[in-house]
Amino acid sequence: MQALTNRVKQVDRREMSFLERLYLVSIFKGMMITFMHMFKKKPTINYPEKTRPFSPVFRGLHILNRDEEGRENCTACGLCAVACPAEAITMEAAERQTGEEDLYREEKYAAKYEINMLRCIFCGLCEEACPKDAIYLSETFAPADYQRKQFIYKKEELLIPHPVKDAEAYKKALGNRVKREKTN
Amino acid sequence: MLLAIELALIVEKLVLIVIVVMASLLIAMYATYAERKVAAVLQDRRGPNRAGPFGILQPVADGLKLFFKEEIIPNFSSKALFILGPSLAMLTAIMTGAVVPWGDKVHFFGRDISLQIADVNVGILYVFAVVSMGVYGIMIGSWASNNKYSLMGGLRAASQIISYELAMGISLIALLMVTGTLSLKEMVLQQQTGLWNIVYQPLGFLIFLICAFAECNRTPFDLPEAENELIGGYHTEYSSMKLGFYLFSEYINMFVSSVIMATMFFGGYDIPFLNEADYNQNWMALFGIMMLMTKVVCFIFLFMWVRWTIPRFRYDQLMNLGWRVLIPLALANMLVTGALVLLKQNNWHF
Repeated sequence: MQALTNRVKQVDRREMSFLERLYLVSIFKGMMITFMHMFKKKPTINYPEKTRPFSPVFRGLHILNRDEEGRENCTACGLCAVACPAEAITMEAAERQTGEEDLYREEKYAAKYEINMLRCIFCGLCEEACPKDAIYLSETFAPADYQRKQFIYKKEELLIPHPVKDAEAYKKALGNRVKREKTN
Repeated sequence: MLLAIELALIVEKLVLIVIVVMASLLIAMYATYAERKVAAVLQDRRGPNRAGPFGILQPVADGLKLFFKEEIIPNFSSKALFILGPSLAMLTAIMTGAVVPWGDKVHFFGRDISLQIADVNVGILYVFAVVSMGVYGIMIGSWASNNKYSLMGGLRAASQIISYELAMGISLIALLMVTGTLSLKEMVLQQQTGLWNIVYQPLGFLIFLICAFAECNRTPFDLPEAENELIGGYHTEYSSMKLGFYLFSEYINMFVSSVIMATMFFGGYDIPFLNEADYNQNWMALFGIMMLMTKVVCFIFLFMWVRWTIPRFRYDQLMNLGWRVLIPLALANMLVTGALVLLKQNNWHF
């Protein structure tokens, strides 16, 4: 019969010789194989202490960005919510009052900004839609929780740490992730 | 005066008993750890490494967990028998250590103390009697569970141990012909001066080794608790420390059969290429114990190594191997050994 692939292996159906029927030789061979595995490198890593590096294009939890002075970028335009195929994003806009110029970069800001992480599919379309560089996906992923409502992330959880007051945490939250080029 | 010596003897034996029981429990405890670690290493994994450095406290954590688990005695079980099962398994597992010579004599407080609890002159027969009692623990437990999987497990254990005990006994008869004694102490003394018995009885050792695997219910003969066919086999219904006793007795059995094999075929506490009489008695006794333990550790490693290499036998294969291969082989070994021993007595003349 014509073989379909070049990986065909003919099954040996000869009668077993006496030595083979003894079974001891093959047991010994098998034990040698397992013994050699003792000296192999283990692919396991000690997880919580050590983590594997993510791919540079990994899409993890969302982060609401601030500019260099620590003002929120988001203007609550709603483009991310429109772009979101899973409809995971809701927000409420508010007007910036006088005296709040160091908090919000523009005259309009998001008073409420929620992402339902159970709905989110981490596609990154919100990041692409955002004209203000306000939302992007980070290198962390959603930790497990006992309640569903804990997965609705509020603004407090999403906002990046202040770049001036808490520079170290800001840098950590920023991560090594490569931001994708805007296509248009 | 006589009373004082007797009292000292009793104290010395009591201390020895406590030490031996504690040591076998401790070794069995760490055998569970070693099993997981060896399994991990042979499968390119890391094994337990969370509790303490290198996971060294893992067996303690496991034991504690078993203690705190809910004790369940099924409604339809025979309660007395249900409790008797694991107790018997544990008891018989520990009892075997009584006749094993753990080391030579030590000299303390002006007395020669033998490191053997009881030098019974039919030591091997005692071991056999106790080991074959071990199956009652499994059978009673499985019967009392009133569960078909348990019963199947008990059934398998009983028939397996009966089949393999025969071959084991016959292989030992050949060894007895060579050594001419039933006392384990005497055997070690002979091996100290002469060669190890493995040289005279390689085939007998192989048969004994295979049967020891079967007696301990270890892979490839772990049919009584075959998880993927019988859920848990004979301990399906057991929980908490009663389950712990069953699991634990398996490891003690493994330890004890390793000790027996080391003693009978590999010179026991004999240190090879060294004349023990030339050196300080106490130190030599200590090194002797360490030597015995080294041999035992090698055997336990072999048990585990085999477990993670060879798949389980099918039931008919198991019976085939026991009745149609091992017993004829053991018989032939016995006959040939007997003939050779007779020939030797006759100065190699027919």
